[in-house]
Amino acid sequence: MSKAQVRERLVVIGNGMAGCRAVEEVLKRDPDRYDIAIFGAEPRVNYNRIMLSPVLAGEKTFADIVINDEAWYADNAITLYAGRAVTGVDLEGRKVVAEGGLEVAYDKLILATGSDPFRLPLPGIDLAGVVTFRDLDDVEAMVAASGKPGAKAVVIGGGLLGLEAAYGLARRGMAATVVHLMDVLMERQLDESAGFLLREALAERGVETVMGAHSEEIVGVDGQVTGLKLKDGRVLPCDLLVMAVGIKPNAGLAKAAGLNVNRGVVVDDAMRTSDPAVFAVGECAEHRGNCYGLVAPIWDMCRSLAQSMTDGEGAYEGSVLSTRLKVSGVDVFSAGKFAGGEGCEDIVFRDAGRGVYKRVVIEDGKLVGSVLFGDATDGNWYFDLMRAGTQVSDIRDTLIFGQAITEGLSGLDPNAAVAAMPDTQEICGCNGVCKGSIVSAITTQGLTTLDDVKAVTKASASCGSCTPLVEQVLKLTLGDDFKAQVGPKPMCKCTHHPHSAVREAILDMDLKSMPAVMQAMEWTTPDGCSSCRPALNYYLLCAWPAEYRDDKQSRYINERVHANIQKDGTYSVVPRMWGGMTTPDELRAIADVADKFAIPAVKVTGGQRIDLLGVKKDDLPAVWADLNAAGMVSGHAYAKGLRTVKTCVGSDWCRFGTQDSTGLGIRLEKFLWGSWAPAKVKLAVSGCPRNCAEATCKDFGVVCVDSGYEIHIGGAAGLHIQGTKVLTHVASEDETVWVIAAAMQLYREEGWYLERVYKWMARVGLESIQAKVTDPETRKALYDRFVFSQRFARIDPWAERVAGRHNEEFTPMSRRMEFAPA
Amino acid sequence: MNAPVKSPIWIDVGAVTDIPRRGARRVTSPRGDIAIFRTGDGEVFALMDACPHKGGPLSQGIVHGRAVACPLHNWSIDLASGEPMGADKGKGCTPVVPLEVRDGRLLLSLATAVV
Repeated sequence: MSKAQVRERLVVIGNGMAGCRAVEEVLKRDPDRYDIAIFGAEPRVNYNRIMLSPVLAGEKTFADIVINDEAWYADNAITLYAGRAVTGVDLEGRKVVAEGGLEVAYDKLILATGSDPFRLPLPGIDLAGVVTFRDLDDVEAMVAASGKPGAKAVVIGGGLLGLEAAYGLARRGMAATVVHLMDVLMERQLDESAGFLLREALAERGVETVMGAHSEEIVGVDGQVTGLKLKDGRVLPCDLLVMAVGIKPNAGLAKAAGLNVNRGVVVDDAMRTSDPAVFAVGECAEHRGNCYGLVAPIWDMCRSLAQSMTDGEGAYEGSVLSTRLKVSGVDVFSAGKFAGGEGCEDIVFRDAGRGVYKRVVIEDGKLVGSVLFGDATDGNWYFDLMRAGTQVSDIRDTLIFGQAITEGLSGLDPNAAVAAMPDTQEICGCNGVCKGSIVSAITTQGLTTLDDVKAVTKASASCGSCTPLVEQVLKLTLGDDFKAQVGPKPMCKCTHHPHSAVREAILDMDLKSMPAVMQAMEWTTPDGCSSCRPALNYYLLCAWPAEYRDDKQSRYINERVHANIQKDGTYSVVPRMWGGMTTPDELRAIADVADKFAIPAVKVTGGQRIDLLGVKKDDLPAVWADLNAAGMVSGHAYAKGLRTVKTCVGSDWCRFGTQDSTGLGIRLEKFLWGSWAPAKVKLAVSGCPRNCAEATCKDFGVVCVDSGYEIHIGGAAGLHIQGTKVLTHVASEDETVWVIAAAMQLYREEGWYLERVYKWMARVGLESIQAKVTDPETRKALYDRFVFSQRFARIDPWAERVAGRHNEEFTPMSRRMEFAPA
Repeated sequence: MNAPVKSPIWIDVGAVTDIPRRGARRVTSPRGDIAIFRTGDGEVFALMDACPHKGGPLSQGIVHGRAVACPLHNWSIDLASGEPMGADKGKGCTPVVPLEVRDGRLLLSLATAVV
């Protein structure tokens, strides 16, 4: 009797990565136990499906990614039925039925049928040129499509697979655009900061991304795809449309056979299905409610399965997932609870020079998640720490710098650790400066400050992340002579950069979004705080008035809802009264509004206008609508921007008036209104030196005199009382407007967020401001920039909201709780 | 006598995506307004819409990290616990409202909301 006859018969359905790995694991444990047959639907040997992306990109060939060639099947006496689709499984009769009526009996059966790509049920799905990204046939179709000169591709789905497909197509010379439903790429693996960096990196590699895009229809001509239509009406032209929106377990065969199937084929920890002779592994399997689409869990499952099939009992307990993106030159790693959660703590590290963003998440002293962008070297180390549940409290301080630094310094306090470092240890990774060079620079050149060390050795001069280490070295070398450096105050706890450095960087480095600033300036938090976000929002708005889109979520409530919040959560509403002038009609409209909405208090303000106090938030748009109807617009009484221009009656009425102060005030207000500034800006125009409009305690003031106009700056009458300084004297009303607009723009560009004009003036000096606004060329440039910015700012926010903008802000999300049982 | 055990009744108040990232929305209830927050990372939290300091409407504050800055006096409130953070730690607490997310929908429960 031949040996084969005593062997059990093992049939594997699926010649993919899971099926073959399962067989390898079984052979490793007991090479002689089974007679093995493998069915594969694709007419080829087993290959590494994960590596299809590099094949598409032309970075690898099919031969490179073959895992098991024909020799492997022959050497292990495996019968391969390639290109033979299995049509049924007879559990009772323990046999597999394939195309053409072929029947193969088994003692043990492994289902490794994998998954199918999910196809969105869009009109036009059957057009030629619409493909998924799953197997070599798809890749070949994509490569063929990319051959056409000038061909464009659209990829639906900004997940791992979609991005790799788009990158591969771009490498093949196609213009590739990814459309993604969500507002963050790979949102299941990346947080917003990493997602932003990824978009930038892809754009550099020729892949455009369209976020928040709802696909509506695939359009075509003569049966061939020509574009993708989005819900917002845009049509993205394309010759190839790749659908990469996810996968679904391929469990049809198992279901038809009568096995227990949920989303996937349900298996226990031994990978056994509801029939004890049948096992399932890979993407078709569902274990403890989870279906996996990544390779690491498949390897884990195969080990457990092989255990079960060779007299043991596998004990697969599910997998902790990690992901790496395979786009050349873009290192992306994600694992675990990368976005944190309740009770979690974030550690963030950014290196703008190298385009690195790292975030690790700690919970109960253990590492529970991580996102790495730009440098994923330590991904595996973090992943190991996560899976092992290692306590990381002791290495918390250096954890984010990675394994090499952490293990180099383990168990030492920072001082001792630095002391113990060999002279050859690199301290500054950006500039390649080791400890020895720093120490010798300090001793030989008599350096005493961090700035000295920076200037001489370049250590900590780039990303600054090694600043604490350099300081330690300085401290150790100098001993008692060391004095901690007092530099400019950082903007907030999220950054070590002061306001001015951030503002300069925004302009110098063309930073046009908040994530771009946070990355370039190495913010230590994922998304800033309530102190830096409004500041950055303003700086960006000021620097790029035409391009930057105001971030509502970074606005303080008053600026978000264009009214002033009061202690009881109601709001006050102040319509503009240009130069303090009003009319009976306006007053009637205000009175009507107060009656109609039962507004409890009406008060005259110090800025010559009327304040309606106690308006309910939900009523705001209706209140504004009525005021708008009477010709009134927002008074911006809530804004870090132009508030009021107070005037006296001037030469129109007053016997002492030298000029038309009311007219000038109105002109200034109509010119400056709507502009945002670092802090509130109040103006006044007095018609004579008696100064009834109190112009000499305003941010900008004009005192009219016989010979013209005295322009004042830097007054305050709040927390601090301070008289203005004279900025300049001009002869005409036109010049007055030019000077004030230029001074306003200068303040907008130089002021730190929340820094009032008088504080800005104290910091930069009156002379510096005078020099700029009196030099005709500089003044003209400032004036022009202000005028340009006003093109986008002089819009009544009330009217916009009456017309429905940000409707959701003024209505509760739901009132359904009213019906809840008490 | 044992009080009857109430199982919470969940009420669908909207979709997660109805709340902007780093933003909040209000839900009215017989026990006062409830604030639902969504962080930059997409997590959602529900608290009664009143700061433990002076009752400021937290739904109107700036959401940063897993905290909200009260619009009245800039106290930072931990969204998960309702407790003030930093210098104001230990000074009262805003009640947390039970919140569940199912299939992208937000479900609130009042049965156990306020003790």
